[in-house]
Amino acid sequence: MSRADRSCAAAIGEPFEEWFSSRKWAVRPHQREMVRRSGESALLLVAPTGGGKTLAGFLPSLAEIPLRQSAGLHTLYVSPLKALAADIKRNLLVPISEMDLPIRVEDRTGDTSHAARLRQRADPPHILLTTPESLTLLLSYPDAARMFGGLSRVIVDEIHALAESKRGDQLMLGMSRLQAISPNLRRVGLSATVRDPKEMAGYLAGRAMACGILAAEPGPPPDIRMLEADEAPPWSGGGGRYGVRAVLDALRNARLTLIFINTRAQAELFFRALWQENDGALPIGIHHGSLSLDARKRVEQAMVDGLLRAVVCTGTLDLGIDWGDVDLVIQVGTPKNVKRLVQRIGRSNHRYNAPSRALVLPANQFETIECTAALDAVRDEDLDGEPKRKAPLDVLCQHIMVAACSGPFDADDLFREVRSAGPYGGLSRTDFDDCLQFCATGGYALRAYDRWRRLMQDGSGKWRLRDPRTARAVRMNAGTIVGTEMLGVRLGKRRGGRMLGEVEEFFAATLKPGDSFLIGGETVRYERISEMCVQVSREGSGRPKIAVFKGTKFSTSTLLCDRVLGMLQSGDWSRLPKRVVEWLDAQRAVSKIPRQDRLLVESFRHGGREYTCIYAFAGYNAQQTLGMLLTERMEEAGLGPLGLVSNDYAVLIWSLDPVADPEALLCGRPIRDVLETWLAGNALMKRTFRGVATVAGLIDRSFPGKRKSSRQVTFSTDILFDTLHKHDPDHVLLRATREEAMKGLIDFGRIEEMLERIGGRIDHVRAPHLTPLAAPLLLEVGSIPIKGSGEDRLIAEEAEAWIRKAGLIGKPAATRPAA
Amino acid sequence: MPHLEFTFCGERLRAFGSGALHWPRRGLLAVADLHLGKSERMARAGGSLLPPYETMETLRRLAADAKEAQPETVLCLGDSFDDALAGALPAEDERALRGIADGRRWIWISGNHDAETKRADGIQAASCRFPPLEFRHIASPGADCEVSGHYHPKIAISAKGGRVVRRCFLVDGRRVILPAYGLYAGGLHCHMPPLRDLVEPGARAIVTGRNPAELPVPK
Repeated sequence: MSRADRSCAAAIGEPFEEWFSSRKWAVRPHQREMVRRSGESALLLVAPTGGGKTLAGFLPSLAEIPLRQSAGLHTLYVSPLKALAADIKRNLLVPISEMDLPIRVEDRTGDTSHAARLRQRADPPHILLTTPESLTLLLSYPDAARMFGGLSRVIVDEIHALAESKRGDQLMLGMSRLQAISPNLRRVGLSATVRDPKEMAGYLAGRAMACGILAAEPGPPPDIRMLEADEAPPWSGGGGRYGVRAVLDALRNARLTLIFINTRAQAELFFRALWQENDGALPIGIHHGSLSLDARKRVEQAMVDGLLRAVVCTGTLDLGIDWGDVDLVIQVGTPKNVKRLVQRIGRSNHRYNAPSRALVLPANQFETIECTAALDAVRDEDLDGEPKRKAPLDVLCQHIMVAACSGPFDADDLFREVRSAGPYGGLSRTDFDDCLQFCATGGYALRAYDRWRRLMQDGSGKWRLRDPRTARAVRMNAGTIVGTEMLGVRLGKRRGGRMLGEVEEFFAATLKPGDSFLIGGETVRYERISEMCVQVSREGSGRPKIAVFKGTKFSTSTLLCDRVLGMLQSGDWSRLPKRVVEWLDAQRAVSKIPRQDRLLVESFRHGGREYTCIYAFAGYNAQQTLGMLLTERMEEAGLGPLGLVSNDYAVLIWSLDPVADPEALLCGRPIRDVLETWLAGNALMKRTFRGVATVAGLIDRSFPGKRKSSRQVTFSTDILFDTLHKHDPDHVLLRATREEAMKGLIDFGRIEEMLERIGGRIDHVRAPHLTPLAAPLLLEVGSIPIKGSGEDRLIAEEAEAWIRKAGLIGKPAATRPAA
Repeated sequence: MPHLEFTFCGERLRAFGSGALHWPRRGLLAVADLHLGKSERMARAGGSLLPPYETMETLRRLAADAKEAQPETVLCLGDSFDDALAGALPAEDERALRGIADGRRWIWISGNHDAETKRADGIQAASCRFPPLEFRHIASPGADCEVSGHYHPKIAISAKGGRVVRRCFLVDGRRVILPAYGLYAGGLHCHMPPLRDLVEPGARAIVTGRNPAELPVPK
């Protein structure tokens, strides 16, 4: 036992000390501290993976509940994962039953039966384990005050993960309600290591409340290095296929390995590649978010039972539960940010005192540099900062409706309450009132719905639902996760056929009978779509298609981009492989090496086109935006831009005429000028709007199987966006959309950061030919053609192809486009 | 106005990119499924409060089409109003509608949504014959030379680099089905039942938009 243990040897209570020693466990210092400081109104515990965080969070509750006089809910535990709630329940029941504590623990998630939910509201357990969405639903009922009236503690697990998304914002709003219902409520946050614990504490407790921070002792430094393969990585791409043999060799020397890879499509491909080379027939499984619950559970159980040696997975295994005894983690491809890498590394050797073991396999040459920088950052314990997010207004709109469902409210009280939530501390009264107006009347400049408002004020000035039936729709639409429409994939014709997983509807729409695609490592043959399912058979053959997912593409973090730039600029490339150094030397000879304080722009001719490559190092989304904005400018300047492609570091644009003066293009007029007109017709804005409109309650969530029958209502949200933009450009939902897109898919903030960083210092190199650093971009998939009226051209081309095929050209056609 | 001309039952017809059908020889402009007053009906029923501009937008487009085609007759193929109560339009929309109808013959064919809608203007009818063509709301099984609406046909086009969904006209040897004209009217894929089973083999879709184009109806 360490000195720290004795120095702050706070007692945790006799039965607990005995229970710990009966299990041959030492009570860790931070667990004692959590008990000692359990009276504080808010407390954030920051501990690495495997630090016994969750038990530390629960210890005070286990001690308090048996001494409590009254029955009813004492502790609410909220985690981002449904599975985590179930797992925690199992883990908690062990000490409770072994110490024979009179404590009832139940979980409540989307999977809980209707009967159990009703009972939980009437007769709540002492400890309820739930998710942010289920808490929102509980708060929407008129009996919320009774259920939560005696609530004493809330434990928010994995708060660092929740804080990055609207789910966290929703939870913090829910917390503000809970605090109003039960003023003596104490808040506990459990977090992985973060760069700025104070900020996280503010998120948990809000502005007015003090929040203690308790940092657990860090574990030993991890054992991490690059995985060197015999073969050189390719120039572009993210598959990592070249390293399959090296990965297999590494697996043989470990008990159980998690192989993290960034996208589901890459996971499928890598999994297949592993099995093609897997002569030793090591048992390897696959786990990602598009596989059926059943398929995922089987893999999880096989891990626990020790039947697997490796699992290829995506972010689904980033958080939470220990499935089996993982002793090695392999990251394939750049982790894109340092926090994610640290989190994943922590999945191995989930014991406090043993170092985690991890290998990183760069997917391409450039990633060799990025991965080296990422490993340096991990060793330096240099973590990415939290992205600065403004509290989202769509979540607030939902919260206001949920409040109205539980009972009449006073606007001033609710405003005060909302401002007490960490993320909403800076909310203005104007924004709040706009959200309230949106909920009540739609908030349109044309006041059309005064008669049919959803919320109205009663005689005492309190806001209530006009039509109590609205509550049902609000509950149906509660939550902040808006996914793309998915279709299940079922093997065989009958209903009983096994569900393999799901694919996005738009991908399913591109399939023709006879096409084959990969799912869960199987190549299946597409038969048809029926009963809202994609029916497939096992007769898949030929080269399978890959189910692509539109999900957000991660951008490399600012921290990592800066570290890469720093490494390039320093000229100290001693730790990079020889072939990468040769590549950089060649770049230096023909052009320049990018620097932090300047912007490198290259122009060259290649294959009859003029190319311009801009090394902004601003992450994929921002690069893409920068490319789009610049091509708008080039269009204006008559340079005839034809297309662009981007990665996390650079954007490559091709055009009819060369860019002679990039300075004028970038700095001549503020780039924001172009942004405004560009945003109006932008597909990313429309995509963001769909999410915002759903969360705010403007449109109903679509539920699989239901939507096709109601064609009258399911028109495209693009139409709503265009209509609003035309008639009500300042509408609160458009403001929310803009705010979100600018930080997310459009990521304009990072363009502005970049412009500030370079301060107008542009190095324009007119290179004699394609430059070494630009070469990988030419191989990158996902180039975007620039087209004034792209969709129409697409249709025209299709029509023309059909006419040609039908032999209609040359003959007097039955139909002919008008002149 | 971008349009595509085609021959149907010996008559030259023009499919407008907006979704309207123009028959120059008869001076006739037909539109289907305007669903005027839809957002208000949804609000009345306690549903979503959608941006309340769609009636205005739909009438603005209709005014532009009428200006272009200068028809003697405007034929609305049913579901012109989203329900009986929606027949009473807000004053401003009513003025816009009068502006289009002024000096023209106006025919309201009744549909399933607006069978009970009472209007003081125009002629109300269940169907309407302008030989050789017959106009009605819902396509009838044995019809010939028939123009109808009701189904809100749309088509998905997958080609290199993307997928586009657009409203479309459906044309076969015996009937033309118009796309919905109302801004907030949803759509029904023409490769799904009941549309799939309704059209004859070899049917074509005329895709709406800035450059109307003709495509085979996917199976």
